[in-house]
Amino acid sequence: MGNQSSGVLVATADHLVKFRQGDIDAFESLFRIHQVKVYGWILRIVRNPAAAEELTVESFWRIYQARARFDASRGFEPWARRIATNAALDWLRIRQPDCELTEELMPLRTALSADPGVIAEIRSKTAQAFGRLPPILRVAAILAVVEEQPHKEVAQALGISVTAVKLRVFRALRLLRKDLERQGITP
Amino acid sequence: MSAHDENRIQHLLRQALPPVDAEPGPSRDLWPAMLRRMDSNAAPQQRSRWVWFDWALVAGLAVVAAAFPASIPLLLYYL
Repeated sequence: MGNQSSGVLVATADHLVKFRQGDIDAFESLFRIHQVKVYGWILRIVRNPAAAEELTVESFWRIYQARARFDASRGFEPWARRIATNAALDWLRIRQPDCELTEELMPLRTALSADPGVIAEIRSKTAQAFGRLPPILRVAAILAVVEEQPHKEVAQALGISVTAVKLRVFRALRLLRKDLERQGITP
Repeated sequence: MSAHDENRIQHLLRQALPPVDAEPGPSRDLWPAMLRRMDSNAAPQQRSRWVWFDWALVAGLAVVAAAFPASIPLLLYYL
């Protein structure tokens, strides 16, 4: 298990070294320390709690398999986030039907965030149009625009530069606008 | 696309897909699922080792039978 400091589990350098050597106990410690953050990151991308749980397990399985390539100097969390992002991207690539995405997003909508001035139909069409974007653009836009994650973190997670993130976000928004215009919605 | 248009699209997108809660957690402990995943991936390797062992045994018996034909009745007796 990880060291406990004020009730919070903390990974030590020893955990990381043992994890690299394939120690299951060290891996369990890292899993318990990071599972909530990894799950939260994946949920932000796939927006489906059940899928996010499965993908968290999948991500940690990939992490365990790739333990020999882990560079402790770069930190566990950014590395885990990168692997989790790839797992989530793979999931998005397989799940093409756009209307399913919209239905999954419904439970995540909160009354506080809903603007009464915006018609529900427009919101629904926007979500559908967003679901039709290429997954690689969708991930950049959802993390940078919707979740307002720092561009640097998004870039690290996607393994690209900050400029490339901005470019993907721009392309996503432009494609979204064109799709909405085709449906007769002028933002 | 102008900066104004970009802001409008961003606003629309945020309303269509509100951000996830600050620190969402899984509904259950995922470690048991992780262990199951590790076990299920370890099992085929174990099976393949047995397949290799079986073939080696068969090959050994074939060599013995070919080199010492007189041992065939003895091998059949023990099978």
